[in-house]
Amino acid sequence: MNVQEIVDALSLEVKTAKGDLSRTVTGCYISDLLSDVMANAKEGEIWITLQTHPNVVAVASLKNLGGIIVTNRRSPEAETLQKAENEGVVIAVSPLSTFEVGGMLYKMLRC
Amino acid sequence: MTRRNIEGSFHLSGGDFTNAGAASSELKSILTNLGINPEIVRRAAIATFEAEMNVIIHAVAGVMYYLITQDTIKVVLNDMGPGIPDIDRAMTEGYSTAPDWIREMGWGAGMGLPNMKKNSDRFKLDSVVGEGTTVEIIIRIKEGKTE
Ligand SMILES: Nc1ncnc2c1ncn2[C@@H]1O[C@H](COP(=O)(O)OP(=O)(O)O)[C@@H](O)[C@H]1O
Ligand SMILES: [Mg+2]
Repeated sequence: MNVQEIVDALSLEVKTAKGDLSRTVTGCYISDLLSDVMANAKEGEIWITLQTHPNVVAVASLKNLGGIIVTNRRSPEAETLQKAENEGVVIAVSPLSTFEVGGMLYKMLRC
Repeated sequence: MTRRNIEGSFHLSGGDFTNAGAASSELKSILTNLGINPEIVRRAAIATFEAEMNVIIHAVAGVMYYLITQDTIKVVLNDMGPGIPDIDRAMTEGYSTAPDWIREMGWGAGMGLPNMKKNSDRFKLDSVVGEGTTVEIIIRIKEGKTE
């Protein structure tokens, strides 16, 4: 499954790196603790979080994650979007909660 | 294949969250471009980023120095800052003195130092209260063959 298919299925709004949606997603990691994501998320996983500040881009890029989904109608800061665009990190947003987005992704990636 | 040693350094500014991670990202690209095993690069990225973040979060300013030899990646972070009064306590998973606003950013889980240690082959933490902290991370570069 790639990022584009997830974007379509979950009606996400893609904010950055629109050219990188063909990237394969291997799983999902959900956390708002950045050290936890550094320690436990795996390459290619899509990351669901409430965090919107620029450090999420560094985390996603250093861990080679498949992209970031920001939930609960939160808007990433301008600096975050700029950085993500520069580094080719996909950030997509959803009005739904982390539970709902995670639940839908669980079905898509596990069944 | 042999290559010459590669070394360099980055300046880190405490509180500069916007550029946080730039040094670790740059070092990761250098390691990747050298063709170093991705698993080794991954461990180096985790350890150096957590160390870089600690300077940004807890210190005033610092330097990240790296030396890549044939066999090892060595990264030393030297900062001017408050220092660490109790190293054993600081190394305990979950221990953090980060203030609320840092925790709201998702930092301050007290996992940084343990993560650095886990991802290093050798890890050293030295600190003088009121002066600063030095972190030394050494990761062996294992090439395909076993000796
Ligand atoms: N460079 C540093 N300067 C001063 N104190 C530090 C430094 N690095 C770590 N510490 C202290 O050690 C504690 C634990 O560090 P760490 O495991 O990285 O967790 P966190 O950064 O999430 O608090 C910090 O909360 C802080 O009190
Ligand atoms: Mg830390």
